[in-house]
Amino acid sequence: MRLTTRARAGLWAVSAVVVLFVYLPLLVIALNSFNSDRTFGWPPPSLTVKWWQLAAQAEGPRNALRTSVEAGLGATALALVLGSLLAFALTRYSFFGRQAISLLVVLPIALPGIVTGVALQSVIQNVLSPVFGIGAGLFTIIVGHATFCIVVVFNNVTARLRRFGSSLEAASADLGARPLTTFRLVTFPLLRSALLAGSILAFGLSFDEIVVTTFTAGPGSPTLPIWIFNNLFRPNQAPVVNVVAVVLVLVSILPVWAAQRLGDNAAAESRL
Amino acid sequence: MRKRLTLAGLLAPPLLWLVVAYLGALGAIFATAVWSTDPFTNQVVRTFTTDNLRTLVSDPTYLRIIGRTLLIATSVTALCALIAIPFAFFMAKVAPARVRGLLVALVLVPLWASYLVKAYAWRTMLGPGGVLDSVLGGTPGYGFTAVVITLTYLWLPYMILPVYAGLEKLPDSHLEASADLGARNWTTFRRVVLPALLPSIAAGTIFTFSLSLGDYIAVQIVGGTLQVLGTAVLQNITLDLPFAAALGTASVVIMVVYLLAVRRTGALENL
Repeated sequence: MRLTTRARAGLWAVSAVVVLFVYLPLLVIALNSFNSDRTFGWPPPSLTVKWWQLAAQAEGPRNALRTSVEAGLGATALALVLGSLLAFALTRYSFFGRQAISLLVVLPIALPGIVTGVALQSVIQNVLSPVFGIGAGLFTIIVGHATFCIVVVFNNVTARLRRFGSSLEAASADLGARPLTTFRLVTFPLLRSALLAGSILAFGLSFDEIVVTTFTAGPGSPTLPIWIFNNLFRPNQAPVVNVVAVVLVLVSILPVWAAQRLGDNAAAESRL
Repeated sequence: MRKRLTLAGLLAPPLLWLVVAYLGALGAIFATAVWSTDPFTNQVVRTFTTDNLRTLVSDPTYLRIIGRTLLIATSVTALCALIAIPFAFFMAKVAPARVRGLLVALVLVPLWASYLVKAYAWRTMLGPGGVLDSVLGGTPGYGFTAVVITLTYLWLPYMILPVYAGLEKLPDSHLEASADLGARNWTTFRRVVLPALLPSIAAGTIFTFSLSLGDYIAVQIVGGTLQVLGTAVLQNITLDLPFAAALGTASVVIMVVYLLAVRRTGALENL
């Protein structure tokens, strides 16, 4: 576009300021993880690695990380199955109530987390616990997370199924393949990268979730976000929380990098 | 017949989950809003009453909370749009291709970074003796301003990405045609870019508005004692579930009204 030099310079400047605004807080916590002052006085009086050593030995974040990873894997697995089933049903068949179902899938992520959280908590207290004897814990965290992860798998698989249509499967059937063989040799390979993108998204959502989790997790098994939140207001835990925060920022580069490797920036963007 | 069986097989597991477990629970919560709580036992009394909903629209305390929450959500949305539009324009139309790729990655990484970590980062930035205090010589402290800054920071990528996608779809030739017809930069922006971008901006506002409306974690982290709808729901859950449900219903109603309002711009197709 033909912009005046001044407009062009202005836009460069504005953009530089925005990037600075986005990264400055992250840089500050990175620096603070080496700040020798326990209360993060600024500028740091001197630098130290003792918080990193302290964090490496801390039990709390390590256990919480394990819970988070287990919950993420469980929720992703469930969401993959349920989301794919739903995507097949809604793209390959037309039936009464199809529109309503596609709206229903979005609901758990569109409604405020606190509403979903309270609703699930009441299911745990009134149904799961008295009838099935399942108390709040890892299982209920997985159930809660899977509920709002279904939609990301559903969206990815639906988009892929729409793009390819069903002619390839019809061709496979004409050539004599049974349904299971067609699925193994035709449908699944077509879906593979969509499933992978859906999994990364679902795991990312689950790994970062805090609101629904506060209502579905038991007292004994906090996930990493819950652990951070519980220790955020304790001054003596601040340095360890800060190190965990820095590690999490570094980890968040992974999915973006993975999505770019998949050649699918849309995957990273569909985090929206 | 066989087709129907397959369809039933495909639908049964997810629907059992979503309809029976989730929708059932959700319905139960909304129903609770028209029940009441026994003031002595704190037990929910299952008789129909509109008291909770009436308190919401008549008690000045809660009207103020709703007003404050709306003010936060609108300020955050306006700030995000104000920052995102020039930035996205730079990304899509001015930056050289290589810078553009880098900028997309730079916007995506914080989107994936933990929500809590970002809110926490602002807590340390805004705190007494923190970066803002020692570099700028003062800090707004924890409260309304801190909440608006932090939420703007948190939801900014949710505005940048739809606006950027909208700008990428806008052909350069439209901008050139406008310039050829004698329009200056600003006129082109106002008369050509902005109208074409409206659905994308509206799509972005759906995220920034609804996410700000429902937030209560960041408010607890940087808001001090600030009360918003989310924190009010949280405080009432254990003692007065029906009232908490009424407050929750209020935020859902506000969101639905907002969605219906922006639907006319075609924003929903741009999500």
